[in-house]
Amino acid sequence: MGGLIAKKLLTLIPVLLAVSLLTYLLLSLLPGDPALLVLGGGAASAEAIAAVRADLGLDQPLPVRYLAWLGDAVQGDLGMSYITRQEVTGAILERLPVTLELMGVSLVLALVVAVPLGVFSAYRSGGRFDRTVTGATFGLLALPNFIFALILIAAFSVGLGLFPATGWSRLSDGLGDNLRAVFLPALALSVSNIAVFTRLLRTDMIATLQEDHVLLARAKGLPTSRILFRHALRPSSFSLLTVAGLQVGTLLSGTVIIETIFALPGVGRLLFDAINSRDLLMVQGVVLLLAVTFVVVNFVVDVLYTFLDPRIRSGAARARA
Amino acid sequence: MTPIAAAGSASRPGGPEGGGPLLEVRDLHTLFDTPRGIVRAVDGVSIAVDRGRTLGIVGESGSGKTVLSRSVMNLLPKRAALPADGEILFEERDLRALTNKQMREYWGPQLAMVFQDPMTSLNPVVKIGRQITEALREHLDLGRKEAQVQAVDLLRSVGIPAPERRLAEYPHQLSGGMRQRVTIAIALSCSPKLLLADEPTTALDVTVQAQILDLLARQQQERHMSMVLVTHDLGVVANRTDEIAVMYAGQIVEKAPTRTLFRSMRHPYTEALMRSIPRIENPSHTRLDAIPGRPPDLAKLPVGCRFAPRCANAQPRCLEENPPLFTDDEPRHEFRCFFPVGTPAGDEARQRNARAGRTAAGIDMSTLTKASA
Repeated sequence: MGGLIAKKLLTLIPVLLAVSLLTYLLLSLLPGDPALLVLGGGAASAEAIAAVRADLGLDQPLPVRYLAWLGDAVQGDLGMSYITRQEVTGAILERLPVTLELMGVSLVLALVVAVPLGVFSAYRSGGRFDRTVTGATFGLLALPNFIFALILIAAFSVGLGLFPATGWSRLSDGLGDNLRAVFLPALALSVSNIAVFTRLLRTDMIATLQEDHVLLARAKGLPTSRILFRHALRPSSFSLLTVAGLQVGTLLSGTVIIETIFALPGVGRLLFDAINSRDLLMVQGVVLLLAVTFVVVNFVVDVLYTFLDPRIRSGAARARA
Repeated sequence: MTPIAAAGSASRPGGPEGGGPLLEVRDLHTLFDTPRGIVRAVDGVSIAVDRGRTLGIVGESGSGKTVLSRSVMNLLPKRAALPADGEILFEERDLRALTNKQMREYWGPQLAMVFQDPMTSLNPVVKIGRQITEALREHLDLGRKEAQVQAVDLLRSVGIPAPERRLAEYPHQLSGGMRQRVTIAIALSCSPKLLLADEPTTALDVTVQAQILDLLARQQQERHMSMVLVTHDLGVVANRTDEIAVMYAGQIVEKAPTRTLFRSMRHPYTEALMRSIPRIENPSHTRLDAIPGRPPDLAKLPVGCRFAPRCANAQPRCLEENPPLFTDDEPRHEFRCFFPVGTPAGDEARQRNARAGRTAAGIDMSTLTKASA
């Protein structure tokens, strides 16, 4: 088991290197000279530009620049913003908890809603409940999350006054306020995931419920809820797990919009502002973080498979023996 | 022959608890509404199983025997089958009238089932131990520890070595034969009064088949359980049943005490099934007689006898009228045939077909009567 995880960890290294290289190249290929941005416009003299370029290391060839940047990045130093003169790493770390909480709560919300919906619509597939859920999920899929965010704000903040429309309160300011602040954005972010997870789980669950071992579980006289949740759910949740991991990518890009709408001080908002002010190093740092997060989450998903399915575990054991 | 029906089941060993049979199925129909039409998977079947006795149900694929056993278990989803006639009386109570919730009291301690394929009938992601103990804890109200002790006993009684270790293992760590022993242990866990075994050995190696059948027979005797053994193989039921019902196209075509059936079968289909069993006294590489043709589509059943298109005795009457169940000298021997094997009417019908070279259904006799010629 430990060996299996170690082996998978090793395969992460080339993936992360490739991710960092792509991130770096992508932004180097963007038009525009960062030195000009630093100097604040077109009126700077050629000497001044050359001086800034030398100062930023932009006169070096690309591979050298990449290796230097990578060397610093590995040590946790993503450089200093040309524009705000802020440490990129520090700026990200300061805002990361907000985004992580937003994504985490959103994912949990999506699963908490989608799992029972998926399970029961599969159990009564073709019935009224199933048809209602199917219609609703298609509706949710068709709705972009920023529209949903605006609807939520209109209904719950402006209309009912239950949740703040914008702004953030940290966990240290009290759990209640923190959860009130995160609830609406997380819900808006989870809408498409609720729909996707429900559809996916329903399909796999219908297939599992046809299997002999479910019939045997019924023939044992077990209560339906036990059959559904203890016997059928686990073998039905492989695709759900895979897609939940992949959806983290969509969640990350979703946070950019949602954090902007709800004015949350998160990484998504940071990225949005950085792009607007052409703060390249900041964009680079955030994109790298997002890419690494995506890779790491999917690595965790890979490891979770082995907990979900004992056959994978012993397959690995046999391969080692 | 003694008139068995008059003697009643109470006088036989194995029936101390009460008068009637443990299970009595009366005129059972199970119909499915499909895009192709209404499929009559079980079409008017009546069977009875006395306490401590074994009934064999024999038929080829698609004869309705699996649907019959699941109907008896009342395991078919209520929405899947159309409402249809028939009663399933278990200790004189009609199971069909029970709700799913009420049936849960029956599944396990009253009725239990062993499925065909042990590779698919155990949950691959749940440990063997929990798959056994959950039934025990549900029905017998045992604690975790007591249930585990009992699970070990059960595994030992079905012949699984090192049972303590198996509790923590997953199904894929066991061989097919071992897995079937586990499903039998699960079925036996709450000491059911009736065990339905649906082709319990079909998916297993030949060498393991006899072991599993012996295990079932031994457990049945020790526990004084009734059993319904469903199979496509007459050889399997020959020595292990008290009575055999032969199914064809959703109906019982012949039913008799096992010895009677093997001594004097009446239905041409039973005869054909017998001829398809390999016999030890035949020289090796003797060609087995397959039954030509295939069973009718259960959604488009013929008007007449359902076996007529494959039958060597088929006469014009067989194509117009589906025969009812007849009895002759022995009351417990029933058969659904106008021209039964081993009777003057049957012999005459076959000779007439042989002379004509074809049956009334237009089948060339040479394809049908290799063995009887």
